Amino acid sequence: MTNGLLGKKLGMTQMLDEARLTPVTVIEAGPCRVVMVKTKERDGYEAVQLSFGDVKDRKLSKAQLGHLKKHEAPASRVLKEFKKDGDVAVGQTVKADIFKKGDWVDVIGVSKGKGFQGVVRRHHYSGGPESHGSMFHRAPGSIGASSFPSRVWKGKTLPGHMGAERVTTQRLKVIEARPDENLLFVRGAVPGAANGLLVVRKSKKG
Amino acid sequence: MNQLERVQRSLQKKSVPHFEIGDTVRVHVKVVEGEKERIQVYEGAVIARKGSLNTEMFTVRKVSYGVGVERIFPVHSPIVTKIDVVRQGKVRRAKLYYLRGKKGKFSRVEDREFVGEGKAQSGSARAAESAEAPVEAVAAKS
Repeated sequence: MTNGLLGKKLGMTQMLDEARLTPVTVIEAGPCRVVMVKTKERDGYEAVQLSFGDVKDRKLSKAQLGHLKKHEAPASRVLKEFKKDGDVAVGQTVKADIFKKGDWVDVIGVSKGKGFQGVVRRHHYSGGPESHGSMFHRAPGSIGASSFPSRVWKGKTLPGHMGAERVTTQRLKVIEARPDENLLFVRGAVPGAANGLLVVRKSKKG
Repeated sequence: MNQLERVQRSLQKKSVPHFEIGDTVRVHVKVVEGEKERIQVYEGAVIARKGSLNTEMFTVRKVSYGVGVERIFPVHSPIVTKIDVVRQGKVRRAKLYYLRGKKGKFSRVEDREFVGEGKAQSGSARAAESAEAPVEAVAAKS
């Protein structure tokens, strides 16, 4: 089928993994519908487009509705492409049963936004002393030399917007899969807040 | 009830005996020694209950040979096979951490019993108590 599917983060709790209390994230994974199968001949690459989440028709644009109508798919919130893995037919549903207990997965999400942050929070600068007459606390300090290069190097770490970016957590263990309830339990934390959209795929690192 | 709460309820035990803070309980703990399994009984006063749903934990304190011992158990762990309430306690607080500094009495509903025999508990015994408690906590989790 596919190498992964779409889901929603429900939150974290604990459960027993081989008699050890383990922190887990509960993910509502799928069901996803196969909207489109891209082929080498027609599209130049192979992929499977999955849809996830119910949404009202009026929330979508005409272009989105047209695309879904063409492939006889119901209105859905998200469309995303995945790698093809075996035989896939349009209209098929991809469920949490593609993963089983003990599998390794990568989980991709959008991290929580932190707003505009200074260098101490954003880049782990150590900052200066708080007291003893110190007048240097959380500032970035020198950001480069003078006459050469007469500019700031590219990639210099400075204050700015932090968080709300795509983050991949690699190699998380599946503690349990409940395909009939569309639930996946993975060990540890995953990016983003509860109710955030997640991509769960087979781990690249095995 | 939200989805996460429903999941958490599915991870709970079917039924848990009712016990409150200040009660004296006998906790039947499953101990695995190599191949064999046996039940060990730990008796003491419940001094705290923390957490909710499937993550709830309770702390049981007893005084063993003049040394205070505290073990923290998950309420819904399969290691905890049975919890018997031996005596009900009359307390006015949700957390009985004040017992840690006490040597003498601790009030109950009917019997005003002594917590332990450690009347002559010395300073060194109390130091050992604070050192032992975290070790026990680790053992209970694993």
